[in-house]
Parts: sequence; C-alpha cells; structure tokens
Amino acid sequence: MPKRFASIWFRHLLTDQKAIHQTGLKGKAYVFAEPDHGRMLIMALTEEARKYGITEGMTVADARVIAPDLLVFDGKPGRNIKLLTGLAEWCLRYTPLVQLDPPDGLLLDVTGCTHLKGGEKAYLQEIASRLKTIGYDVRPAIADTIGAAWGVARCAASGLIVPAGAHRNALMTLPPSALRLPMDQLLKLRNLGLHQISSFIYMPNSVLRRRFGKDMVLRLQQALGQEPEYLFPLKEPVPYSERLECLEAIKTRPAIEIALNELLEKLCKRLYGEGLGLRSAMFSWFRVDGKNGNITIGTNHSSNRVLHLFKLFFTKLDTVAPGLAGIELFTLDALKTEPINDKQSELWSAKGGAHNEEVAELLDRVANQIGTAPIHRYLPGEHYWPERTPKLNSDIKKAPESQWRTDKPRPMQILDRPEPIEAMALTPDYPPKLFIWKGEQHIIVGADGPERIEREWWLEPGEHRDYYIAEDEAGRRYWLFRSGHYNAENNQHWYLHGFFA
Amino acid sequence: MKPTKEEIISQLRQDMIRWEGFRPQQPGASNDLGLGPVATAFSDGVFPTGAIHEFISSSPEDTAASGGFIAGLVQKILGNGGACLWISYTRRIYPPALKLFGVDPDRVIFIDVPLQKDVLWVTEEALKCEGVATVICETKALSFTESQRLALAVEKSHVTGFILRKDVKKTNTTACVTRWQIRPVRSQLRPGMPGVGHPRWQVELLKVRNGRPGNWTVEWKKQSFQTVIVPQIIESNRRYA
Repeated sequence: MPKRFASIWFRHLLTDQKAIHQTGLKGKAYVFAEPDHGRMLIMALTEEARKYGITEGMTVADARVIAPDLLVFDGKPGRNIKLLTGLAEWCLRYTPLVQLDPPDGLLLDVTGCTHLKGGEKAYLQEIASRLKTIGYDVRPAIADTIGAAWGVARCAASGLIVPAGAHRNALMTLPPSALRLPMDQLLKLRNLGLHQISSFIYMPNSVLRRRFGKDMVLRLQQALGQEPEYLFPLKEPVPYSERLECLEAIKTRPAIEIALNELLEKLCKRLYGEGLGLRSAMFSWFRVDGKNGNITIGTNHSSNRVLHLFKLFFTKLDTVAPGLAGIELFTLDALKTEPINDKQSELWSAKGGAHNEEVAELLDRVANQIGTAPIHRYLPGEHYWPERTPKLNSDIKKAPESQWRTDKPRPMQILDRPEPIEAMALTPDYPPKLFIWKGEQHIIVGADGPERIEREWWLEPGEHRDYYIAEDEAGRRYWLFRSGHYNAENNQHWYLHGFFA
Repeated sequence: MKPTKEEIISQLRQDMIRWEGFRPQQPGASNDLGLGPVATAFSDGVFPTGAIHEFISSSPEDTAASGGFIAGLVQKILGNGGACLWISYTRRIYPPALKLFGVDPDRVIFIDVPLQKDVLWVTEEALKCEGVATVICETKALSFTESQRLALAVEKSHVTGFILRKDVKKTNTTACVTRWQIRPVRSQLRPGMPGVGHPRWQVELLKVRNGRPGNWTVEWKKQSFQTVIVPQIIESNRRYA
C-alpha cells in the first residue's frame, strides 16, 4: 500500500493557545517575547500584530514604537513542545502514528486511516474543523511523502490534498522554503534567482550537492520520495491501570483482599518509580455472571503506600458482592495522580501540624468513612463581622495569610444565629441592666463595651451591631448586642450571640 | 540488704500506678502544663498526658468555660508539636477565641461529624494516630465500654484526649483518668474599676485516679493559669476576729 502522510501546520500555535484561555484576547494584537542577549525578542505573534509590520525576531522596543497598544507576554522556552505533545496525543484518535514537528507542526502517518472518515477530504476537513473549534488556526495537507506534505501545508495556495503520485507536480510551483531548508541556504537560492523548486529540480544532483551541500539534496529527494524518510511516532501514554485475571472465580473475602493487595502493589511500584502518588483510585470487579461494580477512594495528599491505600479500600470492601458465581476479573485504575511531595523538605519543618504523613492518612480514613466535607480548618478572614471572621478552609496545608486578631475579646462559644432576648437598658451607650433568655432572668453586674461592628454594606444590607460583654451575678459571661441605634421608644432589638469562657 | 517494709510498699505503689496506665514522664518532653497548685492533685504532681480526661457541663456557659480551660491545656501540649483535632457533632466553638488562649486556630483541624454515631468512631481513630498530639471530642453520651475503648486506644499512642460532655444530666462511671467540672465565676478587677476582668473559673476535679480530688478558683491571665485564693473568706474572718 502506498504511504500517505499528513502534515498539520499550526500557524499561530502559542498565541492561539493564549486566546483559548483568555477569550478577551481574541482579535487583539499581542506577542510573546523572550529575553535574548539583554533584549526582548518577539518569538510569536498574532495575525493582527503582523498587520502592523511586526515580524518574528524584532525587538519589543521597536515593535512598541510601531504599535503602541501592543500587548507583550513573556514566552517560555519549550512551551511549544509541551503544547504540541498535548495536541499529538489528541491526534492519536485519527492515526496511531504521530510525530512532533517542532516548532509548530505535527506529522501524521495516515496510511489506511482516511477511509474511516469517508475519504481524505473528509478526514482532513474533520481534523481542521475540530482544531478550529478549539481555537487553533491550522493548515493541514496530505501527500505521498513527508516532505511534500510539509511543503504543501506551509507554502501551497490551494490543493492541500495532493493525489497519489502527483507530489512532484505539486512541488514544482512552490518556493524553496517548502523544502525544510535552513535560512542561509534559502538566502543563497534567492540570491541566485531560484524562486521556485521547478527552477532547480532538473539540475543534476552532483551539481546541487557541490553548490548547496548534501543536506539540500537529501531534503529534495525526501520530498520527491527518492530517499526514504520515517516517522518517529509519539509514545502512547499508558494509563495507570492494572488488571488481575483469576484462573478460578473468586468468592471469599480473604481472596478479594489478596487480589486488591496484589493490584495495589503493582500499581504503587509503578507510581513509585515515576515519583507519583494516587489522589483517587477505582477498584472494579467483574463477575462471571456478567455483573460488575466498583469502589472509589480519594486521598488528601498523593500517596503510593500500599498499606495506607489498602486500609482506605478495606472499609468499603463489604460492598464487593461475589454472589454465587464469583469474580473472574479485578481491575484497579488510578483516576487521578499527582507528584508525590518531597519527604526531604518535611524533615526541616519539625513535627508540625497536619504536615506529617500519619495525620494526613488519618484524615483520609475519616474522609472515606464520613466524607471530606466535615473536615476543615479555619483561616483568619479579613472581616470584622463575627460570622465571617473565621474563614472556612478545607485545604489542610494552607498557611494563613494574615494574623489572628487578639486585641478584642471573642466568645468561646457562639450561636449560629443570634437569639433575641428581652433586655432592659436605661441609657444609650450603656449595657442593659438585666436580660431574659429562655425564661431566666440575668442581672448584669459588670460589662464592657460597646464595640460597634458595622455591617459590611458591600456584602449585605442591614443594621450595625453594638456588642457588650456582660457578666451576670453568677459569673456567667455573655456576648450581647443591640441591633441598630438606641431609641427611646423601647423597641430596641437585643440579641445574645455567644458565651465567654 | 533486705528492703524494709516501707520500701516494698512504695515500690508496689509505683508498680500499681504503672499497671493502671500511668507512665513516667518522658525525658525531654515537658509535661508541665502550667497548672500550678492544681497539679498537686495528681499522683506525681504532673498532669497526666497520654490519657483520657472527661469534662462535664450542663449548660452552654459551662461548655464555654470548659472550652477555655481545655484550650489553655492544649496550648502547652501543642508546644511539643503534632496536630490537634476537634471532633464534634454540634459544635459551637468560635475558632478566633482559641487565639486568646494561645492556640493558633489554623492549627486545629475541626471535624464536624454529620452523624452522632460516628463521633466516637472518628475519636477512636484519631486517638490511635501517633502523629496527633491531642484530640478534643464534644459528645453527649459516653458509656463505660466506650470510654474503655478510648482509654485502650491512647495507651499505645500517647495521645491526650479530652472528652467534653455537654448537657450531662446524670454522670455515669467511665474509664477516664479524671473528671472535671468547670464553671464560670465572677471575675475580679481592681476595686473601683468597671467592666469584666480576666476569665475566671471554678475548677472542680471530681474524680482522679491515684490522686486527690479538689476544688480551685483559676484565672486565665497573661497566657497562663493563675490559681486564685479567694480573698473574701479570709477578709471576713479577719473582720470578725
């Protein structure tokens, strides 16, 4: 079967990717710049920026003079390889053989794949349109050789699908830059007036080799299919998944435990080798009678310790129902993995808080029994309003950004919602003389206050509160407040909000 | 030389203390929780860490006072490192207040268990974990068997457990090392000063294994416990002498 290759050219790989994540950038002139010998050079730019006359390799300072509203972002070296790898993995749905073609392209071996989508035209159209909906500006081409497909994708005005055997003709009208040649050779060819491939394609190879070196001849021959060229396909990512097939159907609990342990050991060994840990995993079983099920666990921090993960599954193993038929296959899938955190760094931080492994594993066990929602910490929230002062945080390791306040006393116990009380206050700005809460009368003998806490009007409307710390005859200390201003009409609203230690 | 009778008896006493679950103080770890005269109630003058303590309260005011007293103890325990877990079914504790008792609220992990029956399960798991320094469990009921399980859990892990029992109508026997009741009492300021003074509690040690139960008035002042000798009684005596 004659080989067919596709080349996909991402015309604005980096800038398109930025626009996908920041939709506001679409249609704006912006560039990526990288430092080079103490100046910022433009590495990638949008079509809009090109309209100003900006090109790759220009310094940012020059470009700013031409286009004052130009947006400049810092480029990261190697970013395009990362993006291309992701796109190449995405393209594995079209063909098993994909190669990265840096700086801004992909090469696909599409031999025998195109009929699946109804011919080469439909095949190419689907790739192009799907990439376009994602947000990439692409030009794909198909030809008999890698070189021809590459050249046609980048330089041809039309005819992106070169029929079998027609690649020689297709190359004729293209400029020499379609041949994947280095810049100095392209300049040499232009100086000699060779503007099209057709003007030197008939020259003898020995002449070309003498003038331009053997690389140029190789590229020409590769494009024409006279020299073989091979793809170095991308390695397919292997999912973190393990299978255990049982020779005989398994029915007993100890056997299930052994199976789980074996799978965990295999998976954890692999994860350990790659410096990864599990965040979430699924253990599935398949019964002989066609029924199946699974149990899922999650961890607070990435872990590849077999014993700990086994314990997490263990509490849920009761749901594994082998039935009368028994189980013939177990699988273990890592749904989410993360790099395992460095133990070395923990050595320095003494024995602090929730950072040590044992506590994290304890919380995992608790979370698997009762869920993750009940486990939380509080960080200081930058609010005066008592209900918002502690900020709920479910991340166990996050450090507080600000200090807890200690200048104002706060009650040990607080009521979720303040309870209305009947209070008697004789003068404004003075604590009440007595109050009645739940039918009991408390005579106040000492009080501090008022501490006025204003409502955060940008969050919610309402009255401010005047808080008093009040101590009654028995020594019980309360946190009371009056909602709103004092008024003599005796319709003030007093509330009990907390209890001091 | 043959040991005398007193020596044998004191040796046996020491052994019995050990058999009952008390351990000698670990070298290097400071077990002095700053309780001052209150600590004399314990067998060797040291607050027993690595054991279960029970606090009973019958009203929210008492619970707040107990919370303050526990937070003062937790502050010292956390000084040696480790995590603090606060397990509860109906929690009303206000985290910023812990800071006033020297405990950083962000170091405490709160577990608000949705089902009451899970509270003790979570507590037991937490008490078994050696990376945890102290566990505070707010619960209502605690039977003898349940308390025995908790006591067994800490025997190996040396975690200090505080069981704060709310709304206790009737006390029952438990395997806890101590039973406390903390009540708020009138705070005292310098004569003539208006307002509310430092937190002051009536600390009642109802039960203590191998110790003498007692009753003290304790004030939380300058980030530490200060035992107060209540002056009124002395003054009134003097007046009528």
